[in-house]
Amino acid sequence: MTAAVLSAPAPQAAAGEPLALETRDLTKEFRIGRKWYSSGQPLRAVDGVSLSLRKGEVLAIVGESGCGKTTLSRLMLGLQQPSAGEIFVGGEPLTNVDRKVFSRRVQPVFQDPYSSLNPRKTIGEIIRDPLQIHRIGTSAEQNAEVEAIMERVGLARRLIHSYPSQLSGGQRQRVAIARALVIKPEIIICDEPTSALDVSVQAQILNLLQSLREQMNLTYLFISHDLSVVEYMSDYVAVMYLGRIVEAGPAAEVLRAPRHPYTRALLSSILTADPGLGLPEVNLGRGFPDPLNPPNGCRFHPRCVDALDKCATVMPRRIVSGSELIECHLHDTAATD
Amino acid sequence: MEHRKYDPADAPVLTVEGMNVDIAVPAGALHAVTDVSFSVRQRETLCLVGESGCGKTITSLALMRLLPRTAKLTARKINFEGHDLGRISERQMARLRGNRIGMIFQDPMTSLNPVYTIGDQLEEVYLRHRGGSRSAARKRAEYLLEKVGIINPGQRLGQFPHQLSGGLRQRMMIAMMLMCEPKIIIADEPTTALDVTVQVQILQLLRSLQDEFNMGMILITHNLGVVARMADQVAVMYAGRVVEQGSAEDVFRNPVHPYTRGLLDCMPKRGQVAANGRLGSIPGIVPSLVGQQRGCSFRNRCVLQRQACSEGQIDLRPASSGHLYRCILEPAATVLPTTLPVGSAA
Repeated sequence: MTAAVLSAPAPQAAAGEPLALETRDLTKEFRIGRKWYSSGQPLRAVDGVSLSLRKGEVLAIVGESGCGKTTLSRLMLGLQQPSAGEIFVGGEPLTNVDRKVFSRRVQPVFQDPYSSLNPRKTIGEIIRDPLQIHRIGTSAEQNAEVEAIMERVGLARRLIHSYPSQLSGGQRQRVAIARALVIKPEIIICDEPTSALDVSVQAQILNLLQSLREQMNLTYLFISHDLSVVEYMSDYVAVMYLGRIVEAGPAAEVLRAPRHPYTRALLSSILTADPGLGLPEVNLGRGFPDPLNPPNGCRFHPRCVDALDKCATVMPRRIVSGSELIECHLHDTAATD
Repeated sequence: MEHRKYDPADAPVLTVEGMNVDIAVPAGALHAVTDVSFSVRQRETLCLVGESGCGKTITSLALMRLLPRTAKLTARKINFEGHDLGRISERQMARLRGNRIGMIFQDPMTSLNPVYTIGDQLEEVYLRHRGGSRSAARKRAEYLLEKVGIINPGQRLGQFPHQLSGGLRQRMMIAMMLMCEPKIIIADEPTTALDVTVQVQILQLLRSLQDEFNMGMILITHNLGVVARMADQVAVMYAGRVVEQGSAEDVFRNPVHPYTRGLLDCMPKRGQVAANGRLGSIPGIVPSLVGQQRGCSFRNRCVLQRQACSEGQIDLRPASSGHLYRCILEPAATVLPTTLPVGSAA
């Protein structure tokens, strides 16, 4: 069985259909404070991430700011080169796939619809851009395509000559979605697509993404820090902490029966609209994770309420069973020493 | 941590009655805030909640008299410790601001001065309002940094804002606000820029300080989860008006106004997945607030809209549970059609 989240090496899909997107031990290291006399200090933003995603599924990456989720998305978009590890698209290594071919298959939707649209182009031009870059269709066909996709994402046709500044946040995010979908990609990488939007607009965009996924059989990599949005949207969840996936599995399992202490802390900090419940107790030390100086052993141990002695010295193993993954000594039943 | 509830018998610290803010724009007057009334007691938290452009931030700026020059504040009464904030001179206001009225803003990076140390900025507040020696100010700063949960405050005071994480910066802002002894805190989206885990910690901190120092709090946010967990009283704002107002218990358990109901439906609930149904949504956009406003400002987005909604002025009126709402329909008649079935358009 293929699983949405697994460790390398991935078993090739027995059913024959290759995985839509896969990463194997993906690592990205930055050098901070690089000067001509020094090579700087290494910052490992993404550290040995192995994920896979089947066609039509939604995988959510959750974690706090600075955990590496945006770097991961940039690697998957081919915007940055990994330091180590590999990315496979439809079973092919990314390094073998032409940049242009790749971008027809994977498209982004970014967080901030205010800065991700060119303010000097009209909505029509913005949405048509990918078609022109990839030289798809005649001018008339492109027009028809732009109008069709605008209707599909719920943008009125009269907006075709408007500029982004004339649109509301929700409308702009619809433009960003239309631009991503116009060349019919298979995979959409959504990096916090609704966090800049109001609650009512967020609901509209989430509903739209969900309908589009069903109609066009799209695959989403959904990056978010909002766990209730993640629960609503995704089939699989991977929890990231300081560059590593610490827990992953089917959304229903991870979010209803979290095992890693960090996942539990994240879940307990969700504020549902229940008056009278008061503020939750989040079992999390106040230590601020510093990616430049990650702690020894388990990276989470300084903030972990259940830390054992060995957590400070021994890095936990990555334990994979079926589609579930966990990196925590508390759940490592096989004695390691 | 047990929250000490406010005492309903206490006299309010701040009373606002019939507050309006009109902003002059080329096309006329923009009615940013219309007829807002509320009161806050010590240890009581009032949440102003609503989406962008609903007037919640303008309301807070008006209370601090930090409105832009083009804005005009009018009110029947804004009473704070015997002062009418709408009428006192700028000089008198400057004496209260930051002293008896504490403020916390959304983004601590932009509200702290990047070229001064944390210590300088904290001491300045104290020296400005209290006078006295720098060493007394430093002592108070150290005491307060400890109060807001900062380890080795002496060292932190010598640091600059960019050397601190977002959560720490917000703790600094809270310490700065406490340098003098405010009776009321106005916190405008204090946790919006923070991670969810840090958000809970900061909210806990605010609440415990509020109890300890007997402060009233006006908390402005768009996050309904924060409101539900923090508020004693809630005012839901839409297009510059309060559309529903009452205790958090009433407003969340028995929402009456179609907008409040719609907003609550938009929030994904725990256990709710897309496969089983879409989120509720509110179609349309916020109306223009320029020029004379008639009828219900929410009517063009309301699924229950009828002829009478566009006529006259709609006043706040009591719902059966005692809280107020601004709608011509009876409470029982404002139930929205249930969540859209799967597959229907967004």
